[in-house]
Amino acid sequence: MSTASAASTPTRAPRAAAGPLSKWTGRLWRTNEFWVFVVIIVLALVIQVRSGQFFTANNLVDIAGAMVVPGIFAVGAHLVIVSGGIDVSFPALASLAVYATTRVLVDSGFAGPVIVPFAIAMCLGALLGAFNGVFTARLTVPTLIITLGTANVFSGVMQGALNSVQIPNIPQSMAAFGAAELFEATNTTSGLRSVLPMSFLLLVAVVAGAWFLTRRTMFGRGIFAIGGDEAAAERAGFKVKRIRFWLYVLVGVIAAIAGMVRTCAMGQMHPTNLLGMEMMVIAAVVLGGTAITGGTGSLTGVMLGTALIVIVQNSMILTGIPTFWQGFALGLLIIVGTGVSAVQVARSRGRRITAA
Amino acid sequence: METSTSKSPRAASPSRTQALRFWERDPWSARLVVVMIALLIFFAAVRPQAFFSGRTWTSMAVQFPEFGLMALGVMVTMFTAGIDLSVVAIANVTAICTALTLRAVLTPEVSATNSLMAVAIALGTALVVGIVCGAINGLLIAKLKIPAILATLGTLELFGGIAIVLTGGKPVSGVPKAYGAVFAAKIGGVVPMALIVFILCALVAGALLALTSFGKEILMLGTNETAARFSGMKISSLLVRTYVMSGVLAAMAGLVMLANYNSAKADYGATYTLLTVLIVVLGGVNPNGGKGRLLGVLLSILMLQVLSSGLNMFSGISNFYRPLIWGAVLLFVITVNEMNIRNPLERFLPGRNKS
Repeated sequence: MSTASAASTPTRAPRAAAGPLSKWTGRLWRTNEFWVFVVIIVLALVIQVRSGQFFTANNLVDIAGAMVVPGIFAVGAHLVIVSGGIDVSFPALASLAVYATTRVLVDSGFAGPVIVPFAIAMCLGALLGAFNGVFTARLTVPTLIITLGTANVFSGVMQGALNSVQIPNIPQSMAAFGAAELFEATNTTSGLRSVLPMSFLLLVAVVAGAWFLTRRTMFGRGIFAIGGDEAAAERAGFKVKRIRFWLYVLVGVIAAIAGMVRTCAMGQMHPTNLLGMEMMVIAAVVLGGTAITGGTGSLTGVMLGTALIVIVQNSMILTGIPTFWQGFALGLLIIVGTGVSAVQVARSRGRRITAA
Repeated sequence: METSTSKSPRAASPSRTQALRFWERDPWSARLVVVMIALLIFFAAVRPQAFFSGRTWTSMAVQFPEFGLMALGVMVTMFTAGIDLSVVAIANVTAICTALTLRAVLTPEVSATNSLMAVAIALGTALVVGIVCGAINGLLIAKLKIPAILATLGTLELFGGIAIVLTGGKPVSGVPKAYGAVFAAKIGGVVPMALIVFILCALVAGALLALTSFGKEILMLGTNETAARFSGMKISSLLVRTYVMSGVLAAMAGLVMLANYNSAKADYGATYTLLTVLIVVLGGVNPNGGKGRLLGVLLSILMLQVLSSGLNMFSGISNFYRPLIWGAVLLFVITVNEMNIRNPLERFLPGRNKS
């Protein structure tokens, strides 16, 4: 069992001989990603029938645009959860890194290219991530409790020590990046225009980077191995503490990127704007099939889960449901989604034991 | 406390005082007592006027029952190696349901019979809401085998969502006076009702943990689930009972909050989620389950309230520093706990030369 899970891959292990196509469909049936996709399609059809507005160009672009910030966060949360941990500090971390960066740049009258604020924020993110990393690598306390502590330290430093206030005027290049558009789509009937922001490319880049990391590097394999079975990973030669430390550094960097994107897009720095987002992002990751106990999950699932939650949030208005039902719908989604995957885990465990 | 439980043969030294024996039996709680006394001395020395005024103490006794009751709930779930993140949402749902029921049943005018009815309705509603919410948590965790963190994260959103749906996100005010007349009362003009509710609940919880098999079983479940299962314990029923207990304690916190704010809203006390976890871990409960004492948690509730009220006496320290301090305290405690740094004083205590 231990060696099996250490070597487990994001997709389930192939079963015995069958035709290539039936093997592929048979595997597809059992993936969480497939079912999330089905739910998204059903939801889209229902919204389309009720409002006639879902499959319009501008609505689809709106949804893609709304996915950028939670999507980048979700990649980071996915990596942590795959390693068997859970991080609730990333919104606070991103807020602090971006606030400090923006404050310094605005105060010094910065007028350079947008790459500079991103670089500074990412360095700060790495530093704060290292703070998380030191604790999580050294202690055996559940990471939820550690990151609850660091989340408060981060927001305390930002709101107390840095005395954070809203910064209405961010550097010109940041605002320009936030307003930059990839392309725009117009709704033919209502004439509403929607813009896909340039930052969507950043989401694509982060996902691609994470894909390369988890599929092509030993570090990435190590993250999965630790989540599968820490003792087995240690025996297999992975340096568990080191991997865990650098993982949290990396997640800090990813979170800082997401925070920077949000600030650029808003055209102002709002210190507490991101706080409270952690629950929604973790929900998206778990809905996408990343096992909360670690070891399994895929980036496809993470993006589908994010899309599902963004659609639920964005489409309430289209269907005429009051937005105060959001929390209720989100909670129900988390419970149903995790319930389904918990049952699946229990079943596959049973199968693995009988197979062995 | 009378019998010495030390393993060392030299433990029976007659010169040892009661305090030292307490230190040895429960060093964690003893350390908390020392820290709390140090805090009290510090605040008494630096801000004597504020410290010795009765108002400070009364307001402390009104404040801590809110999150103290929730922390007791989190404590029992952490005994089983679980966690309950939904306590704040349960408290808010309870407060909202109670306020709505009271408003529907009672007319605004106050009378003696109304007070009695208000208490009965409030307690009844709180019990029902607490049991239902707790049972939902318990069933999700015990039957569907969803990890407790996720299940209660989901129900945190769900119960919070229900609270918003019930109120449309607006505060519910206009709670009948009969409710406040009982729950916001100060007995003898000094002892607030919130404190009484807290003490009663703590006593009941303490009795359940110490005197019934339930208390032993949840600690055993937290220590080793497999062993607990093989010893014939009904794990599912035990888990459901644990989360129901947590739900009911949270519901009581909701009643206290309703009395304190005289209104109910879906997002009151949002910062308490962290605070309750901090309290429980600070109180010496092992987040991996199986270890912890009620006394430690009670001490840590009091200590945090003293710290919080003490900070209020310094107008220069902004409220925003509070999360920083709480977070730092939490990190410090878990680090020290993990590193198992032995108390430097320990060496000088008599009868303590274990290899």
